[in-house]
Amino acid sequence: MNTAPPPPRNARSPSLASRGRKDSWIGQSVTRLEDPPLVAGRGAFAGDINFPHQLYMRVVRSAHAHGRLAAIDAAAARALPGVYAVWTAADIAEVPPIDFREGSIPALDPYRQPVLASGRVRYVGDPIAAVFAADPYIAEDAADLVTAEIEELPPLLEAQAAPVEFSPGYSTEAAIIRQGYGDVDAVFRDAPHVVEVELTIGRHSGVPLETRGAIGYYDASRGILELHGAAKVPHRIQELLSRMLKIPPSSIHVHESHVGGGFGVRGELYPEDVLVCVAAKKFNRAVKWIEDRREHLIAANHSRQQLHRIRAAIDADGVILAIDDRYFHDQGAYVRTHAARVVHMTAGILPGPYRVPAYRAIGHFRLTNKTPAATYRAPGRYETTFVRERLVDAIAHRLKIDRIEIRRRNAITAAEMPYPRPLEALGEEIHYDTGDYVGLLDKLFAKIGWDKLNAEVKKRKAAGELVGIGVAMFVEKSGLGPTDGVNISIDASGMVEVVTGGASIGQGFETVMAQVAADALGVDYKNCRVIHGQTDRIPFGIGAHASRATVMTASATHIAALNVRRKALDMAAELLQTPSDALDIADGEVLRKDGRPGPSISLGAIAKNLEPTAKARGDRAPGLSAEGWFKTEHQVYPYGSHVAVVSIDRDTGGVTVERYCIAYDIGRAINPALVQGQIVGGYAQGLGGALFEEFTYSERGDPLAVTFADYLLPAMHETPEPEVLLREDYTSPLNPLGIKGAGESGITGVGAAIASAIEDAIGIPGAVRALPVTPQRIKTMLGRQ
Amino acid sequence: MKPAAFRYHAPKTVDEAVAILARVAPEDGRVLAGGQSLVPTMAFRLAKPAHLVDINGVAALNRLTIADGKLVIGAGVRHAAFHKPACDGPLGALLADMVRHIAHYPIRNRGTFCGSLAHADPASEWCLVLAALDGEVLAKSARGERVIAARDFFKGIMTTALADDELLVEARLPLLPADAHCGFYEFNRRAGDFAMAMALGVYRLEAGKISAPRLAVGGAEVKPRRIAEAERALDGAAPGDAAFRAAAQAATAAIDPMEDNVTSAEFRRDLVLAVTRRALGRAAA
Ligand SMILES: Cc1cc2nc3c(=O)[nH]c(=O)nc-3n(C[C@H](O)[C@H](O)[C@H](O)COP(=O)(O)OP(=O)(O)OC[C@H]3O[C@@H](n4cnc5c(N)ncnc54)[C@H](O)[C@@H]3O)c2cc1C
Repeated sequence: MNTAPPPPRNARSPSLASRGRKDSWIGQSVTRLEDPPLVAGRGAFAGDINFPHQLYMRVVRSAHAHGRLAAIDAAAARALPGVYAVWTAADIAEVPPIDFREGSIPALDPYRQPVLASGRVRYVGDPIAAVFAADPYIAEDAADLVTAEIEELPPLLEAQAAPVEFSPGYSTEAAIIRQGYGDVDAVFRDAPHVVEVELTIGRHSGVPLETRGAIGYYDASRGILELHGAAKVPHRIQELLSRMLKIPPSSIHVHESHVGGGFGVRGELYPEDVLVCVAAKKFNRAVKWIEDRREHLIAANHSRQQLHRIRAAIDADGVILAIDDRYFHDQGAYVRTHAARVVHMTAGILPGPYRVPAYRAIGHFRLTNKTPAATYRAPGRYETTFVRERLVDAIAHRLKIDRIEIRRRNAITAAEMPYPRPLEALGEEIHYDTGDYVGLLDKLFAKIGWDKLNAEVKKRKAAGELVGIGVAMFVEKSGLGPTDGVNISIDASGMVEVVTGGASIGQGFETVMAQVAADALGVDYKNCRVIHGQTDRIPFGIGAHASRATVMTASATHIAALNVRRKALDMAAELLQTPSDALDIADGEVLRKDGRPGPSISLGAIAKNLEPTAKARGDRAPGLSAEGWFKTEHQVYPYGSHVAVVSIDRDTGGVTVERYCIAYDIGRAINPALVQGQIVGGYAQGLGGALFEEFTYSERGDPLAVTFADYLLPAMHETPEPEVLLREDYTSPLNPLGIKGAGESGITGVGAAIASAIEDAIGIPGAVRALPVTPQRIKTMLGRQ
Repeated sequence: MKPAAFRYHAPKTVDEAVAILARVAPEDGRVLAGGQSLVPTMAFRLAKPAHLVDINGVAALNRLTIADGKLVIGAGVRHAAFHKPACDGPLGALLADMVRHIAHYPIRNRGTFCGSLAHADPASEWCLVLAALDGEVLAKSARGERVIAARDFFKGIMTTALADDELLVEARLPLLPADAHCGFYEFNRRAGDFAMAMALGVYRLEAGKISAPRLAVGGAEVKPRRIAEAERALDGAAPGDAAFRAAAQAATAAIDPMEDNVTSAEFRRDLVLAVTRRALGRAAA
């Protein structure tokens, strides 16, 4: 149970009800608390964390995509002055492969990644040895001296190719995922029309400016193993390390520092994180590892690569009767911490905003000899939005019905909410909470002048230009539960400390939590210090992923703050000899609600009166502090639409994004500027996957995009400023503030909208079947005279 | 991403620089100019020079001047020196146009014109201009000095006629007559990237007809070069899309395009066709 009752739907929070007060912080685009140290160069990123006498680790990686690892010769490396140790798998035989976040999954356990490979190497980049040395230069010199005898085996590079043996008794097809409902075969048998398409999403991933880093430190005086440089899910990392290294969780402290971008890839437990911990304990010296860019591009999780063979049964009016999808998920060389999360979620969320009376999705979860894959911002949604929206465009073309009209006919309406669907995402049944999908699209059209835009584009097309408009609709999911808790305490100076188990990966977490706490407490948000990512401060935490931080942690913060508020008012009532319901808190002072002159008292003074030895405290629990717990049964489902306008250079295949428009209903924006930032940043990454970014491989399985010269991130010139329509029309009934998540809305629809716009521009229906849409691919579509 | 150990030398004069080079060249000693190509290569350990001879302190190399009808560009001159026309007339304007396509501002503040020539990336704008205009370079070593013509200088991808112990002291580009028409065009996927293909066209008009045409293509073959077939198509023709298209087709047919896993020969030809026609279109504009 929640410790505070949720307010009625669409209501404002209690403290906000005191209209127009200057300390009502929710909904204001206040400046970020995080920024002063960051803009002054005082941030502490993983690279800034150092311990006396630390060793530097360098990982030796396989140069072959697939092979039998016959022997490793590290003698020359060990002999190099300044080298402390060189490890191969045999040196850490007691360390098991990297566990899944949720623990053992027997069918997938054989596919886990060992911390150091032995016997087999499975991708270029597979760690085979670790060098520990006095400085990073020596470590790299020594790593160059380690030689591996690898007998090459044929690499498997395509998930749609026939599976082969992974290890004795196990196929490279690790699982087949099935989700669906209804008699799909019967519907297809009788359907007036069937539209079928094959679509692929390229392999790309999150590429934060700051590469990964991990510093292991063993404090023998206290018997505590510390891991610094963690992010995203510090408590999960603590739990995983505890299981793998057989150390009690409370003897492992995981610390998050400043983070230069997360995007899903940073913060999982990788081989390097385990290595620095094991080494720090064995050597009794701190061990530091900072990933370099080339490593990042071959070692950190890849994502996205899927091939879908999808068909829709439709009636003569374009109404979808059933969807049948068979897809191949290229997992890469091992199954990492997320297990089958992305491939499973793909099946659950593919239908998106549309009514789909019968549905079947069969996902082939297959290993290949490439970098292991996992989540990247909007996992499963970027992919399925591309697939679904391409399918809808294909339906529109087949029936010669306007593509917007097709969407209107099939979209779930506001009247149908809440809308449960017998499918799962992240282990929960899908249950759309609120929304008006077509209504939002219409608001976007009104904002951007849809009719005028279409008329202009039509005119330019008639004049011979290749210019087109693309549209995508989608439903997001966010706020994965089940529960989160926060402790808030106020010290004798009135400073508020909000201790969360959340994580800040640059998204403005501290600011948002401070705003929520300040709003309920009646203090300045700048007086709130927000703690995150420190497992020694709070024993439980969900971190920051799946767009859940604001939904879950802010709800818990809100509840905790109300509990502290109640305690403060109760104490103040006695001290001020005024009933607590006649009191309010403004700017950190408790005073009379009705504005009549009278005594007041600061929160700091109340905290003083609640100290263990204070007489006034009476039987109250010591401290001006309280916990708040929030629990939810379901995720929330925000939604949006994207519109893209592109023009194409017929001669070169070059694409110019002329305009990009995003509508998103967030329910409730705690800080609209930060939401806007999330959307714009997501959109930029979405453009990367739509037009530029792709991890390509040679036939031998050599990665070809290992620098920023080959892995093309969109930069300023390629990223025109998007127009954002942020709406707060449908709050979520599932949490006290009505919040829905924001982290992934900017990216989800970009691949789909850009593909749709390019296809519209070149005027060849069905031509755009793969992301990214590169100039070379466009030239091939256009044909050559 | 940490370079292997090297010994660092910081000569103050050209003579000192070539003397050191003479000593260290046999042990993979290299010149360090702007470092914008060499340093990343060392960070990846694709190059592990045992010695670096840093010429940034050699003041005499900062020369940017006109002599004997040529623009003389010393080895210390940065790309950024061309943001504003380095000389009057079409050449200064052309270089100012081309320089905007080289990488990004911070890189242009460090990287040098001559470093680009010595590095000889097939898609280097400066290599293209040297080839198109038949410029030359002055190379000096402890053994003496020599002038190398552009057509003899570029040998292939990142290989030149420079010997290991030679310092490229300066590059020389012939000035263009005031009535020269020139146009440059390149295609890349992102602003600032190396071009996937680029072309530079230069000609004069005599009685309304193209004369003395120069048409060079870069980024498409292993080295930039003038394409005689395209120049023949232009010579004596009336400037206009018909002639430019014919020249572009001739260039496209004449080249031996580089191919790799992500760029097909066919696409490279598409681009050569496009950039050649557009470069000539710009020359006419
Ligand atoms: C992100 C990025 C994008 C880029 N984009 C472009 C682009 O679009 N177009 C382009 O042309 N370039 C581009 N460059 C390369 C840049 O222009 C470099 O500056 C140039 O290639 C080399 O010049 P440098 O002075 O930095 O030479 P350095 O890096 O110092 O040296 C390069 C090589 O030349 C040798 N060398 C240098 N000077 C001499 C000399 N005087 N005598 C003998 N040998 C010498 C060095 O030994 C070394 O082998 C880019 C670079 C980066 C990092």
